[in-house]
Amino acid sequence: MNAAALQVGRRLPRLEADQKLSGRARYTADLDLHGMLHGAILGSPHAHARIVRYNISKALAAPGVVAVVTGADCPDGKMGPFIKDEHAIAKGKVRFVGEPVAAVAAATPAQARHGCALIEIDYQELPAVLDPAQALEEGAPLIHDGLAGYEKIYDAGSSGNKCCRTVIEQGDLAAAWRKCDVVLDQEYRTQPQAHLSMEPCAALADIDPAGRVTLWSANQSVFRVQANVCECLQLPMSRLRCLTPHVGGGFGNKMEAHVQPIVVMLAIKSGRPVKLVLSREEDFEIVRGGHPFRFRVKTGAKKDGTLVAREVDVLIDGGAYADDSPGVLAFALRMSCGPYRFMAAKAQGAVAYTNKLRFGAFRGFGQPQIHFGCEQQIDQIAVALGIDPLEFRRCNALRPGETWFGGQSVASNGLKECIDKVEIESGWRRRSALVASPGKKRGMGMGTTAHISALLGTGAIVRMLEDGTIVLNTGATDIGQGSDTVLAQMCAQTLAIDVAKVAVASPDTDGSPYNWGTTASRVTYTTGRSVVAATGEVLRQAKDHASEMLECGVADLELRPGGKIGVKGASGLEVTFQAISRRAHWRSGGPLVGSHTWVYSQDTVDPKRATAIGNPARSGVFSFGALVVDVEIEEATGKVEVLRAWSAVDVGRAINPQAVEGQIEGAFVQGMGFALTEEMVWDGARLSNPTMMDYKAPTSADTPYEINSYIVEAPEPDGPYGAKGAGEIGMNAVAAAIANAVSAATGVRLNSLPLTPERVLRALMEHGE
Amino acid sequence: MTMQCVLLINGSTYRAEIAAEDTLLTLVRDVAGLKGSKLGCNQGVCGACTVLVGGWPVRACLTLAADCTDADIVTVEGLERDTIGVRLQRAFGECGAVQCGFCIPGMLMSARALLDKNPAPSLDQIRIGLSGNLCRCSGYRKIVDAVRLAATENAA
Repeated sequence: MNAAALQVGRRLPRLEADQKLSGRARYTADLDLHGMLHGAILGSPHAHARIVRYNISKALAAPGVVAVVTGADCPDGKMGPFIKDEHAIAKGKVRFVGEPVAAVAAATPAQARHGCALIEIDYQELPAVLDPAQALEEGAPLIHDGLAGYEKIYDAGSSGNKCCRTVIEQGDLAAAWRKCDVVLDQEYRTQPQAHLSMEPCAALADIDPAGRVTLWSANQSVFRVQANVCECLQLPMSRLRCLTPHVGGGFGNKMEAHVQPIVVMLAIKSGRPVKLVLSREEDFEIVRGGHPFRFRVKTGAKKDGTLVAREVDVLIDGGAYADDSPGVLAFALRMSCGPYRFMAAKAQGAVAYTNKLRFGAFRGFGQPQIHFGCEQQIDQIAVALGIDPLEFRRCNALRPGETWFGGQSVASNGLKECIDKVEIESGWRRRSALVASPGKKRGMGMGTTAHISALLGTGAIVRMLEDGTIVLNTGATDIGQGSDTVLAQMCAQTLAIDVAKVAVASPDTDGSPYNWGTTASRVTYTTGRSVVAATGEVLRQAKDHASEMLECGVADLELRPGGKIGVKGASGLEVTFQAISRRAHWRSGGPLVGSHTWVYSQDTVDPKRATAIGNPARSGVFSFGALVVDVEIEEATGKVEVLRAWSAVDVGRAINPQAVEGQIEGAFVQGMGFALTEEMVWDGARLSNPTMMDYKAPTSADTPYEINSYIVEAPEPDGPYGAKGAGEIGMNAVAAAIANAVSAATGVRLNSLPLTPERVLRALMEHGE
Repeated sequence: MTMQCVLLINGSTYRAEIAAEDTLLTLVRDVAGLKGSKLGCNQGVCGACTVLVGGWPVRACLTLAADCTDADIVTVEGLERDTIGVRLQRAFGECGAVQCGFCIPGMLMSARALLDKNPAPSLDQIRIGLSGNLCRCSGYRKIVDAVRLAATENAA
């Protein structure tokens, strides 16, 4: 078999690995333009205040300062993916501590910061609301006075400080509860988590003499950058070109706007290129975090081990702006039954505005939070019924052909294989024989999950160059997860050429087809479909040429490895892509270009099966996963340590198994941080730990080497080469599985995260009494 | 107040007018134009700015440039001049240790220093040796694999 025919399934290093390993990969902060100024931001000292007056004269007179922008310079346009509630920079009011109120462009970063310190702003302080439950109480100070008039892209049900609500219901719940022999009903809390991409957010804007702006930034979607900036600055989208250099991680943090609108304002005001790189503290304080959840989960089952009913009620702190909160709420609710069969279920919840940093998209999109409660209850019910928790899950797992909560069909389902795999590899059945270290208790826990990949618009343009090599242009941002490599592999496979013959264009709103973004585990599946279709179109055109060149019908032609098309059964009769492309460029037909666009449009809720009020979350194709962890708890301190983990994920088809493993391993450790140590802590209205020193993400010393990842392949019928998403799913069940292991080892159940030594020790002591 | 200084970075000499408070990272990135070393936290925690000074890994964001005038400084751009450095780069690529890549320059420099002190580190010694360099993408396993692979090749 020719190697060129085997691009899909190859453990191929990243196409850009050499650039990154030699230090030559350029991220936004590494870009410099001639005459470039440096930006700095002044943040609000108040959680909630009216802006009464700006005095920028001292700042403008300071050395090196060229321009100052404030809300007074900012048009009244507002941005937001669901509810358009956010200006480019605070205007009229500030709604959280640190919210940008002014920005300065100066010759050096130090001069820009100094300029910020000289800006005087008079505020009229307002009472702040920091707790989501209090925010929803009658008479609470209103955070968005104009909420009713804001543009919303769906029926949000907003009122007062309620940003939005969603209710999804399926089946006869009252009847279902009556059938239950065992019912659990508990409350859970999860903490805000920081994305902590290694690259802080940054942007660089340049303006040409005609007033057209070019904007480079760290982002997960060059098209969302364009839309956000243009909406809030009321610019025609044709006036703004957005580009993406290398991006140093995202995890949701860079999906919607950060400093891009402010940097564009500074470039327009100064008429010069302006670069702004956030400090780590600012990156914590002013961009976005992962949502804290408060929620109730009620689960019921029959004595024979059949799950029957599930109800969840969620209150999410959305922070000061809606951002992706409506989506996170809806998705968490829609996934709240887990990959299980229930006779009836109801999931409802709301997002409250508070005077804190906005919370938004974070890997898992609400699932790590909701799973923490739901997957613990699955374990508890199994234990209460005397059934092995893994067996209990296997028996209640959605089977191939069964529909998701809400009624959506599931085309491929490898959940059972995932459960089987982690059961065998972890030695689950022999877990009682595990020996704990002295002074420690040891236990295994597990969890299962599913995730979607899909959503919204995507495209691809494939061009064959004169020499028969290929340029692939999708507009999808590779934030480090490896999509450039994976998409190039699909393109190369479709043309039976080596991946080295495929160049991947960098995202550019002037030249790339639309791509909603690197989010929702979607690029491999959605963009991959466009890549395969657009590449197929190039192949079709190439065959038309070959048919004329070889004087035979298209049906008699075959694609041959290495970039050739030949006559079936006649090995000597063939033409190369180079010969075809030269002919197309210079003599006949025109250059070969294939393009494809589509939008994922499957409905989430089947009205024959379920009802939904508000946003029921858009849907996609389903990936499945199962996870087992082996954990030790130090009895004297309550410290939890993960010794080993086994994570199996059904990704449909692994286009690049090494990249898939990287996603599973990375997601596990981000989930472990969520479970054990990570928490954004507010001291009143102020984030008290906005540094890497005080915010504890796992290091290599905290992380077990044995994170064993397993790829299960239940091909998605319409997926590119059968593929579906892998980016988020590995994080979903981690905190729940660790909590289940802690319970298996010690008998204590914890309903709040993170599982810090203090919290665990307290629970152990209470349990021991 | 500024002073004239001469720095030896990756075997090349750089002359610059520096302020007393200028960090080595500022010099490397803005004067020498070597953008491989990254500013991740500016607090000496994340390790993305790690470079070698006289063979020792240091946080360039916390190190004053003025203190490095007589030292041999190596950044990620200088790794290719060194067999072990090249082995590490290749092993990181092969093992799939590179995702977003932002931590990688610092990670490589810490790994290089580790192999200098301990040419055949155990898995745990690698985990501890790299624990001053945060990575948010990889979960570390493939990075540890890469360092082990490079060490094995060195021994061969």
